[in-house]
Amino acid sequence: MAITATGLRKSYGDHVVLDGLDLRVEPGTVFALLGPNGAGKTTTVQILSTLITADGGRAEVAGHDVAREPAGVRAAIGVTGQFSAVDNLLTGEENLRLMADLAHLDRREGRRRTARLLEQFDLVEAAKKPAATYSGGMRRRLDLAMTLVGDPKLIFLDEPTTGLDPRSRHAMWQVIRGLVANGVTIFLTTQYLEEADELADRIAVLNGGRLVAEGTATELKRLIPGGHVRLRFADAHTLDLAAKALGDSSRDDEGLTLDVPGDGGVHQLRALLDRLDDAAVDVQDLSVHTPDLDDVFFALTTERTVRR
Amino acid sequence: MSTMAIRDTTTMLRRNLRHMQRFPMMSIGTIGMPVLMMLLFVHVFGGSLDTTIPGGASYVDYLVPGILVMAVGAGAAWTSVNINTDMGEGIIARFRTMAISRYSVLTGQALSSLLNTVLSLALVIGVALLNGFRPSAGLTDWLAATGLLVLIAFAFTWLGIAFGMGAKTVAGANSSALPLQFLPFISSAFVPTDSMSSGLAWFAEHQPFTPITDTLRGLLIGTPIGDSGYWAVGWCLVLSAVGYARARVLFNRDPSR
Repeated sequence: MAITATGLRKSYGDHVVLDGLDLRVEPGTVFALLGPNGAGKTTTVQILSTLITADGGRAEVAGHDVAREPAGVRAAIGVTGQFSAVDNLLTGEENLRLMADLAHLDRREGRRRTARLLEQFDLVEAAKKPAATYSGGMRRRLDLAMTLVGDPKLIFLDEPTTGLDPRSRHAMWQVIRGLVANGVTIFLTTQYLEEADELADRIAVLNGGRLVAEGTATELKRLIPGGHVRLRFADAHTLDLAAKALGDSSRDDEGLTLDVPGDGGVHQLRALLDRLDDAAVDVQDLSVHTPDLDDVFFALTTERTVRR
Repeated sequence: MSTMAIRDTTTMLRRNLRHMQRFPMMSIGTIGMPVLMMLLFVHVFGGSLDTTIPGGASYVDYLVPGILVMAVGAGAAWTSVNINTDMGEGIIARFRTMAISRYSVLTGQALSSLLNTVLSLALVIGVALLNGFRPSAGLTDWLAATGLLVLIAFAFTWLGIAFGMGAKTVAGANSSALPLQFLPFISSAFVPTDSMSSGLAWFAEHQPFTPITDTLRGLLIGTPIGDSGYWAVGWCLVLSAVGYARARVLFNRDPSR
């Protein structure tokens, strides 16, 4: 396992941030920790990356206990936090060279990696400018490039695309996919379902300091009932007829709609329309609703009783 | 120190020197206050203070060692503000999660601050010479005085780092280091302690600035040093140890939110 955590706890005063968190992340995969603001995502990353210590529980990262062998953990990981971790007074190039020096690379290798990363992250033109003058997207790229100088096997990305425009976000996703292709393990936190869906092999949903669900995107979607076909009718009379013909369904008299549970596949639709034809009911409008991660997210993070 | 510690400290020192090089006004600014005090005391109060100085030394000669100590205090205040600002930067969190010598961030800052303070002392001495300062020190005296100044600067730098890390805000960092600039007034830096009221004189004689200033004065203009030398070195070692230990403890505190 790249990461295992059992029963992690952390409080600040009376405020419980993590309330017994268990995690397992396989090497070479992307693991997304998904949750609303204040769920404890950043605290989790801070504990796993040895920045802060947990009040209780245990965690092993890259085979080392985070509390007892922080140096071993640090040697294996790279962290790109939610708040930019670049030196604003140094230029982009100097920032990368600083990382190369701290990674104890020799001069030539440091220079070589710096040049390659500037190229890869499209920062060649800005290389000699202070990081303070960079745009949000450029800072985020420099930040990640700095994390990569040391060639870490496990990378923590705490909300790597929060606040980025769509183009920068997609560019960041491409970079992350490239890293995974090279065998790097990624521990990602995000509040964007789309991001977790796009990138992650496994997703854990964190709410109020606890995991409320974990699984692949497909597994999570399956947790939530809500797939249905919605039929709309011209008047209350046709709605009545259709409700009688179809049986198991829920009706909305005001909107003149009928929701029939199901996956909305071709077979279900054909059967549905056949039965309506037999009853001579005219359908005005038809739409298929499949549950997406948004449904899962809202269901899990508003109703805390829902558990796997 | 292991080779890794030396290497990482050198890297951090280079980072800090580059910061100073990019904003030289910030570091040069630290000599403003001591130089202003020197000009004020020499040219405004100096005439009437001349008579209070024992042994017939001119007031400027009496004053400059105190001003030098004050300049070290100003350097510590700058260090305090500087490290407080730096600790708020995201890159410090990055350093904490890297496999580097843990306290190299602090030692790098200490070395660059020390360098900054020593340079500002050289400038202050230059200004002092222009204003009539005529030390009687020979080469060995100068070497000893330089050594003592570096030791004082080392101690005050670590105090400044500890103050800066303990403060919640930049303003707090500045004011917590204020005593280092203010305490010279209640010492032998500006006037002999025996001219003060008895309670104050007792305090002045027992606080670190007095033996430090007296030793420096002895080396530079040949006034008697007595046992002040031991006290001065002792104070510097104690203050260095306290500052360093405190800075380490504060650095290991959870950098929570």
